[in-house]
Amino acid sequence: MTDLVAALGQRTLLGLQGLGRAVVLVLRLLAAVPAALRRPRLIIEQVYAVGVLSMVIIVVSSLFVGMVLGLQGYYTLVDFGAAESVGTLVALSLVRELGPVVTALLFAGRAGSSLTAEVGLMKATEQLSSMEMMAVDPERRILAPRFIASFISVPLLAVVFSAVGVLGGYLVAVGMIGIDAGAFWSNMQSAVSVRDDILNGFIKSVVFGFVAGWIALHKGYEAEPTSQGVSRATTMGVVHASLAVLGLDFLLTALMFD
Amino acid sequence: MASQRMIEIWVGAFVAAGLAALMVLALQIAGLTELRPPPGYQVTAYFDNVGGLREKAPVNMAGVRVGRVESIQLDSERHQARVVLKIDQRYNRIPRDTGAAIYTAGLLGEQYIGLEAGWEDEPLAAGGRIENTQSAVVLERIIGQFMTGMGD
Amino acid sequence: MPADSSTTEPLVKARGLVFRRGDRAIFDGVDLDVSAGRVTAIMGPSGSGKTTLLRLIGGQLRPHAGSVRVEGQEVAALPRPGLYRLRRRMGMLFQSGALFTDLSVFDNVAFPIREHTGLPEPLVRDLVLLKLQAVGLRGARHLMPAELSGGMARRVALARAIALDPVLVMYDEPFTGQDPITMGVLVTLIRRLNDLLGLTSIVVSHDVHETMAIADYVYVLADGRVIAEGTPDELRDSSSEWVRQFLDARPDGPVPFHYPAPALEADLFDGGEGR
Repeated sequence: MTDLVAALGQRTLLGLQGLGRAVVLVLRLLAAVPAALRRPRLIIEQVYAVGVLSMVIIVVSSLFVGMVLGLQGYYTLVDFGAAESVGTLVALSLVRELGPVVTALLFAGRAGSSLTAEVGLMKATEQLSSMEMMAVDPERRILAPRFIASFISVPLLAVVFSAVGVLGGYLVAVGMIGIDAGAFWSNMQSAVSVRDDILNGFIKSVVFGFVAGWIALHKGYEAEPTSQGVSRATTMGVVHASLAVLGLDFLLTALMFD
Repeated sequence: MASQRMIEIWVGAFVAAGLAALMVLALQIAGLTELRPPPGYQVTAYFDNVGGLREKAPVNMAGVRVGRVESIQLDSERHQARVVLKIDQRYNRIPRDTGAAIYTAGLLGEQYIGLEAGWEDEPLAAGGRIENTQSAVVLERIIGQFMTGMGD
Repeated sequence: MPADSSTTEPLVKARGLVFRRGDRAIFDGVDLDVSAGRVTAIMGPSGSGKTTLLRLIGGQLRPHAGSVRVEGQEVAALPRPGLYRLRRRMGMLFQSGALFTDLSVFDNVAFPIREHTGLPEPLVRDLVLLKLQAVGLRGARHLMPAELSGGMARRVALARAIALDPVLVMYDEPFTGQDPITMGVLVTLIRRLNDLLGLTSIVVSHDVHETMAIADYVYVLADGRVIAEGTPDELRDSSSEWVRQFLDARPDGPVPFHYPAPALEADLFDGGEGR
């Protein structure tokens, strides 16, 4: 019993220590941002790696999510004689929630995991250490451009997700079910507000991009320098980033749409 | 790894796609309503009960949208809801004795204000008041009346 | 005391160095000097903290007590910019080579030059080709690290370590796991680069034969202390049990064959209490 308590306490302390180190890392990354911005080429390369290469999965999933929303929304709303509101339902769900959240989850799985593995392997193979010995700060040269790239990419991906998702909903509702296109759009336009919905959704995705990039890099940078350690860090990175995104989504939603 | 040039082109395309999607969201999905509000004038109407009417709800006349609800407040002296409507500037010839009623789109849909044109020649001026109003139909009340009517 | 007769200040000077990992003292009062222009070897059995010593000199670790001075500057006390300025004057060859796996051989060697000098690209190219020529791999510049053999990777890493013309080059186990030919190549390279470029070299190794062949001065570490030092010839004549065991590769001696453990009989008959 005392063993259990001791083990629990030990784990708590370890968790707190990890949190502390993560906070220290993010502060150092933020401090490194101005220096990193002076080398835009490094950032562009990373936007390509985490952003452009995630486009396919984002476009395909958002199209399907939008189509499912259109179909389910129609089945539910038609019972209340409000089938025309399906556009509103699709757009609000996407812009407020699914766009930012699903994008961040997909990003954590697709790009975050590769960031963790890349940084973890660079650490395990002493590349980061040798960089330090060459008087090059790995936080500034390796981590900061990746952090900035995540921060740029996730909001852009989320916006694309929402737009393509609405298109998917349109294809189903108007193309398949035969709802009037004018009613679809005008219902949507009267219900969706730029400030309350689109801006708030955008703010969410900025926060998610920050958190997903931060957690992925932190896990890689703190990975135990063995192949097992790197693979564990990659898994934990995706799990923690996903949990953080969902938890933060609740908080932000409560704050924004009270 | 793609060449540096291709990477830059792709990243440029990516950012352009993101901005284009943002434009689509603002223009097509939100109708970009707040960013360039159409010029309009305000009129006031008092209702006994606004039901589920919300700000920004459409104001229609003969089925055509002519404006939207600007604000809804309780007038503490009259104990009525004071609703400010914003009518688009181009509809500036709405008769002074026009009536306003709160309707529901569909059975459970969004509530909106319908204007019933009057007969007078003089138009409703900016800051004017709509006298003839009809409150929202509250479903519970109708059901209640229906039930008591059955009992009689 | 180090038998350095020259009056000039040594390039690297460690005094009373103490470093602990957990409860275990890796160094427990180590003094050593590395004279400029010479190849100094640090030898010792595995686990005697040789790599740790290099990291202390490079400022990646801080000693718990004592001091490490490089060019008269206390490494642990340097603020970050000063430390980075100092590191530009050092090259380090990691045991694994630690090449950047996503960059070609050429770009690996060019990396420190591009990061620190801002020289125009044609000049960078010339410098890189010269460094690669020095290690005999000018022809391999388009290869990726994954396409190199272990020995070639180490030579590329060496070219990268000397890219900025450092004063001091540190080699971490340069001979480990190499075939005899590669070993010979590396041995001559280290010696030749040291003399041609006027470097100062620190070689950390447990390969007695190769190290003794190129070193000007040797320190032997064990149990966190310097147990012997001198020129290779002096060490060969040493009568110390310790040095004899190490140089002649005897399995048992002052360094026991067994990791510290209770007596075997006690261990076998304790009924599996302690694992």
